[in-house]
Order: sequence, then C-alpha cells, then structure tokens
Amino acid sequence: MAAGAPARLAALTAAVLNAAVTAWVVLGFDFGRGASFQFEASRMVLENPRMGFNVGVDGLSLVMVVLTSLVTLAAVWLRPTKAGGEGLYYSSSLLIAAGAMGAFVATDLFFFYAFHELALIPTFLMIGMRGTGDNRAAAWKITLYLGLGSLVLLAGLAALVTSASGSGLTTFNMAELRELAPKIAPAVQEPIYLTLLLGFGVLISLFPFHSWAAPAYASAPAPTAMLHAGVLKKFGLYGLLRVAVPMLPAGFHAEWIQSILLVLLLGNILFIGLVAIAQKELDLVLGNSSVMHMGYVFLGIASGTAIGYSGAVFLMFAHGVSIALLFALCAQVREKTGSLQMARLGGLAKYAPFLGLTFAMATFASIGLPGFGNFAAEIMVFLGGFAEKPSDHLAPLQVATILALWGVVISAVYMLRAFRQVFQGEPAEVCTRATDLSGTSRAPILLLLVALLATGFFPELLLQAIRPFAQALAALN
Amino acid sequence: MPAYYLEVAVVLLGLVLLMLEAFSSASDKRFVGHLALAGLGAVFLALFFVNPAPGASPFWQFYTADSLALTYKGIALVCTMLVLILGLDYIPVLEKFTARIGGRGAWGEFFCLPVFICAGLMWMASAIDLTSIFVSLELVTIGFYIMVTFMRRNVGSLEAGVKYLILGALSTGFLVYGFTWLYGITGQTNLGAIADKLDSGTVARAPALFSFALILVALAFKVGAVPLHFWIPDVYQGAPTPITAFLSVGSKAAGFIVATRLLAPYLGAAAFSPTATAILLALACATLLVGNFAAIPQTNFKRLLAYSSISHAGFLVLALASGASGGFGLPPSQIVAFYMGAYLCMTLLAFAVLGVVSRVSGSDDLSAFNGLHQRSPLLAFALTVAMASLAGVPLTVGFLGKFFVFGAAAAHQLWLPLGFAVVGAATGFYYYLKVLRNMYWNPPANSPVAALSLAPLTKWTLVALIAATLILGVYPQPLLHFLR
Repeated sequence: MAAGAPARLAALTAAVLNAAVTAWVVLGFDFGRGASFQFEASRMVLENPRMGFNVGVDGLSLVMVVLTSLVTLAAVWLRPTKAGGEGLYYSSSLLIAAGAMGAFVATDLFFFYAFHELALIPTFLMIGMRGTGDNRAAAWKITLYLGLGSLVLLAGLAALVTSASGSGLTTFNMAELRELAPKIAPAVQEPIYLTLLLGFGVLISLFPFHSWAAPAYASAPAPTAMLHAGVLKKFGLYGLLRVAVPMLPAGFHAEWIQSILLVLLLGNILFIGLVAIAQKELDLVLGNSSVMHMGYVFLGIASGTAIGYSGAVFLMFAHGVSIALLFALCAQVREKTGSLQMARLGGLAKYAPFLGLTFAMATFASIGLPGFGNFAAEIMVFLGGFAEKPSDHLAPLQVATILALWGVVISAVYMLRAFRQVFQGEPAEVCTRATDLSGTSRAPILLLLVALLATGFFPELLLQAIRPFAQALAALN
Repeated sequence: MPAYYLEVAVVLLGLVLLMLEAFSSASDKRFVGHLALAGLGAVFLALFFVNPAPGASPFWQFYTADSLALTYKGIALVCTMLVLILGLDYIPVLEKFTARIGGRGAWGEFFCLPVFICAGLMWMASAIDLTSIFVSLELVTIGFYIMVTFMRRNVGSLEAGVKYLILGALSTGFLVYGFTWLYGITGQTNLGAIADKLDSGTVARAPALFSFALILVALAFKVGAVPLHFWIPDVYQGAPTPITAFLSVGSKAAGFIVATRLLAPYLGAAAFSPTATAILLALACATLLVGNFAAIPQTNFKRLLAYSSISHAGFLVLALASGASGGFGLPPSQIVAFYMGAYLCMTLLAFAVLGVVSRVSGSDDLSAFNGLHQRSPLLAFALTVAMASLAGVPLTVGFLGKFFVFGAAAAHQLWLPLGFAVVGAATGFYYYLKVLRNMYWNPPANSPVAALSLAPLTKWTLVALIAATLILGVYPQPLLHFLR
C-alpha cells in the first residue's frame, strides 16, 4: 500500500458515507413541508442560557447539505499534487467540510456560529503548508480577515440574542428567536442588522471586504479552494437568509441599509468583474469571478420576493458546484502544464481534450448559459429584481438589476477569454507535453458537471425544496 | 465536613512533605512530588463532600464556602497538581541551575512550597474579610517570591525574582493603604458590612473612591492588568516554566476571586457604582489594547504567553465591569469564574508543551517550535488546541469564556468596550496562529527529524487537558453546574 493510502481511504469512506446519509435524508424529506424543519434532533447543552446541540433540515438546509456532500466527495477524490503529509491534508479537508455541514444543519444559533469557525485553522494550515505562489501572505490575510469578520458577526449575534431575550430567559434556539427577535424595536434592529450584514459580508467577500478572497483561493491547494469558495463562503449568505432577514425584518427593510447593500453588491458585480478581466493568471480570474458572483446572490436576497430568494438559494448551489469544478480543473491545468499564466499557455485542448471539454462546459455554466443550473438561478434573481409593482419610474432595486445584467456580459468576456488563451490557439510549448485526465481522476469532475447539467435541465429538482422556504420567507414581509 | 478542613489538610501536607524532604536519606527526591500529587488529589476529591453552609461561630465572618469559593478552590488544587506534574518533567533543568559547583542539585522544596501556595490560594477563595484577604494574599505572594528565584544559578531567574519582589511589595503597600482608608470610612473589615455601609449613603465620596483606586492598583498587579502589568513579561520569561504557569493561572485566579469580592461593595453601591464602573471599563480597554498589541511582535513563547495573559485579564476585567446582571443569564462573578476555569485548561496545556519543547531544545523561542508536527504530532496537536482556545476559536472552552464576556458587554450596551474586545480578539488570531505557523509551515531545524518522546504522565496529562478544552467547549454544563 502506498504511503498515505490509509488516509485517502479513510477520507473517501467518510465522504461516501456522508453522501449516503445525505441521499437518505433527501429521499425521506417531505417536500410539501419544505418550509419547516425535519429530521430534527436536539440535545440540551445549557439550561440558562438555553443552548442546545439542535439539528434539522428544511428546504434551504437541504440544498446546502447536498451541495456540501457533493463538493466534499469531489474534493476528497482529487489526488493531492504533492506527496507526504496525507493525514493532515485529508483531515483538513474533512474538517472544513464538517464545519460547513454543521453550520447548515444547526438550528441553534450558538452551534450555527461555532461550526463555521471549525474551518478557520485547517484553512490556515492548508494554504500555508501546501499552497502555491505567495501562499503564506494569502493564508494570513484570509485568516485574519475572516477572524475579524466572524468576531464582528459574533458581536452582532450577541446583541441580537440579548436584545431579543430581554430580561427573560436567554435563548439561542433559532425557532424561539424567530418569534422573539422581530419584536425588537426597529431603531435597535437596524444597527444589529447592519452589524450582521457587515460580519456576514466579510465572510461572503462583499465589496469592499473582498480582498482576502481571490489571492487565498488562487494560492490554496485545490480541495481547500473548492470547499472554501464552493461551500464555506455560502455560510454568510445562508446566515443572511436564516438569521438576519427573518429575525430582523425592520433592519432588512430599512431603506438606507437597503441602499447601501445595493451599492455594495453592484461593486461586487461590476467592479470585481472588471478586476477579473484584468487578471493575467487563470487562478486569479476564477478567484475574482467567485467574488463577483456573490453580488447576484445579494441581489436576489435584496429583492425580498419569493422568486428572488429562490434564485439566490439556487445560485448558492449552482455557483458552489461550478466554482468547485473550475478550481478542480484549474489545479489540473497547473499540474499538467506547470503554469497558470495565460500568456504562456495555449492550445491545451488539443493535448488534453477531456480537460478542454469539461473546462468549456464549466465556463459556460459560470457565465450562466442555459442548460446549466447557473442560468436557472440567475434568471430567477433578475426576475425577482423586477417583481416590484409597476410605476411610472424605476425603483432603486430595478436600476440595480439593470446594471447587474451587464455582469453577465463581463463574465462572458473574462471567462471566454481565459478559455481561449489556455485551451485554444497556437499550442504553447508547456501544453504540448501535457497529458489528459484519465480513469478515475475523471470521476470528481464528471460528478460536479452532472450536478450542474441536471439542475440546469430540471431546476425543479432543487426548486421543490427551495420554493416552500422562499415563499415562507417572502410571506414574513 | 466544613470547608476549612481542606486548607488545614493542605497545610499539614505541606509540612509533612517539608520534613520528609529535609530528613529523607534518598538521593532522588522525586517521591516528594509524587506524594504531593497524591495528597492534593485526595483533597480535591474531598472538595466534593464539603458542607457549604456557614456555622454559627464568628469564624464565618472571615470565611465563606459559597459555590464561588469552592470553584476557585478546585481551580487552585487542579492548577497546583498540574504545576507539580510540569515540575517533575522540569527536574533536569532544576538540577542544572540549583547545583553547587561540582555538587548535586537541591530541588526537593520545589515540590513542597507550591503546596503552601495552594493553601493560600484556597484560603483567598474563601476570604471575605479585609484581614483574611490580606493574610492569605501574603502567604501566596511570599511563596511566589521564593519560587520565581528558585533556579539560583540562573541570572534570568534571579532578575525576575527581584522584579517580582519589588513590585509585589509596592502593590502590597497600595493594598494595605487602601484597606486602611476603607476601614477608616466604614469602620468595618467584613466585606458584607462594608457593602452595607457604602450603600447607606453616609460615606464621603472622595475617600471612598480614593480607597477604591488604591485597591484597584494592587489588584491590577495581582491579575496583570494595566497599569501594573509591566512586570509580567520579564517575570514570566525568567521564572522556571512550571512556576510561570503557576503565576499565570493560580495567581491570576486568586487575584480575580479577590477582585470579584473586593470590588462588589463599590459596584453595588448606588453612589459609587457609575464612577467605579467607568474606571474599570477604562482599565479593561487599556489592558485589552496593551496586551494584544504588545503581543504581536513577540518572538519568545513565554513572553507571548505573558502578553496573552495580560489580554485575558482585559477580558476578565471587562466582564467584572459589565454590570450586576451580567450576560446570557450569568452574573459577572460566574462569567469570570468560568473564564478562569477555561483559562486554566488552555494555558496549562500551552505551558505543558512549552515545558517539553524547551527542555529538549533549551530555548523558549518560537523558532524552537519549528516543524514540531513532524517531531511529535501529539505535542503539535495539543498546542494547536491550546492556541485555538486562547484565540477564542469556537468549539473550544476559550471561546465560551469570550462569548460570555461579549454577551455581558452587549447586554449592557457597552459598545465601545465591546469594540475594543473585538479588535483585541482579532489581534489574538494573529499572534496565537504565529505559533501554528512555526509548528506546521516551517521545517524542523535539524534533519533528519528526531522524534520527541514523552513521559507517560506528561502524555496523559496532555490528553486530559486537550479533552477538557474540547469537551467543555461544547458541553460547559459540568463547570457551570459546579458554579451554581
């Protein structure tokens, strides 16, 4: 048995078991009651403050759980590019996945927050130990940025819990907080909501708190980038939908906060889009594209409509899968050619046709072409942005939506350009020596691609879970 | 069984050990340490069978056995036992620095004196009278004067001892002076009577606040808060590593139980509460700032832990100052006690790893930790858990402590101090993770890599502390149950 094989076997077993449990939950899920939590279990940790290890899945959680299982399986399946230290390598990947999974199924605010941070140290170690390029600086940046962001979030959550509980029993139970928190005076809700938006925003790489993301993803080893960009970054968005929007409606509807959010999300889509165009290395293009697409999810959330929420959740899934796929492929390009500088690459598709084909499809998905889940998601976001009642002038949200539409053009420019420079044209010298993916190393790629195509052709697969949740959330307003 | 039996037992244990050490003909005095451990372990078990109800005799005006006192007694006992275990591992270093020229080392007392300090710490936990507070405090401080300078052939240890002695004596002066003013204006030495008197509105404002300021300065020395924090890095660096751990945990815990009890009369009196709170908050913010920012450039692990200890004092003072109702349903005294319990687990875990690493490499520098995960995965994992907990990463007990402090600050709308706490905690991520960088990113200094071997007792202590840090981080109920 090769060195590190036991670690790989254990990690793959864990990921497969995880996927099996997820499949069991999906099969047993009652989609008619998608707005309420199912498969609930709880274990009291503290009586006062009331804190418990409570878990459950509703439609939103279910989609995120499926995303986590898929990406985890693919990330663990990829072979490490560097031999040695397999134990730490696989356990870090699994810890990041566990953190995300725990956060998505927790129905207690304490564990919801706590699980997310489980990923902090593994990410730091992986980028620092196995990353490429300026990896140490990137590792510090992502860790300190996210550390500060999550502390701001913690302050916001502490304020939320203490204000909601008043003089009575302090509770972290999300179901109870959902009853109590909306009763907080609107003047208090607004600063708390803004703090949460800021805290979650840093974790999501909301403009202008985005600068940690692209360099960290570019220099991280493939599984870390896949799990972090694909899954973990969705925690912030999940938190907005799960905590901030339903619990603090007065904060969500405050016009001044809404205006700030609209400006910032346009910063994500337009400014970061232009930044992505200017990149010269493939990994940085992908890193920036991942930041940019968060803007659409914010737009869906800001719309406050059922269809907008549905689009946002759908995009969280589709973007998670497509960016994980792109980072997996990008790591293959680096491994086969030894470079990611687009100017030094070219014609790779001729020598590695499987890689070229799958990268092209991932590119199309990322741009949002029909047939992929991303298209279904983005169209719902844009429809949500226009769902307001017609009047004789455009609402700010509608103006933002019109501007955001240009993002599709921008992403077409940088993604297609990147594809052309790497895979087409005159074959570069480094590419002529490249070999294609073969055998089982194709499996994780195909797994993610199939997920994108399936949700693209049959969006109802996801929508049946998302719709009840989105409608319930929109009905709160 | 009345609670003071415990202190009596510990003092007797210390005396017996001292005699055994002096008159034993054995050349290896290791057995003293083992006996001390066994004795303290027995006392720790007895702690669970104590009758907390006060008796009728006047003795109970000086002494209390409330749940807070019992918790701090437990902290003192566990801390002393762990320090003795660290000490057993540290014997080679003690041997080297206590030996006469050409002779053998004399380190038998190294395992007796901490027992007396432990008795002092336990008494401090119960003291509710100015006199009993002062006497127990001095018992502890004088014990530490000796222990800090224990390595008498080591210049660093002597220098640390002199610094500690001078500043300790100074702070004692402040404390006594504060006590005399407090006695002068209230005519009482019992803290309960003092609280009633201060709250009655008949006490003049200026002398009361003057006594508060004097007492605060002395307490700041004990707990390592601004403005009397500057001895900490030097003394921590020079003292023998087990004693550094003892100072960092035991002495700080005792300082905080005394602070909890001594400051309560001021914080509870309507006339003085706003001013006292404001001063404490300012102190907390300054301590958070100094501790965390000064920790950033440190390259010596002991100094790093020293500044970390200052920054934790900042969080604890913030909890004390955040108002009587506390946060998340926990009063400030319980938040502080919980935080100290958490601090015990994670700090002693860090010192246990440091003890092994510095014994092998002969250095306390961060560079001594380079590539530790290749030499000993267990040590690297232990230190990772300790650093994560100190930094406040969730699912560790250190996070819960910080979380409760944040909750207390948020519940009282102390947004500015909360901001300081957020910035301080975020800074912590940098300097605690610096250690992880050395352990995991950097290659080991020597190749081929030499594996580190651990004594069984050290190994199981590490495992127990890791388990405590992680389990209490998810399930804090046992510790909180003990507190109530």
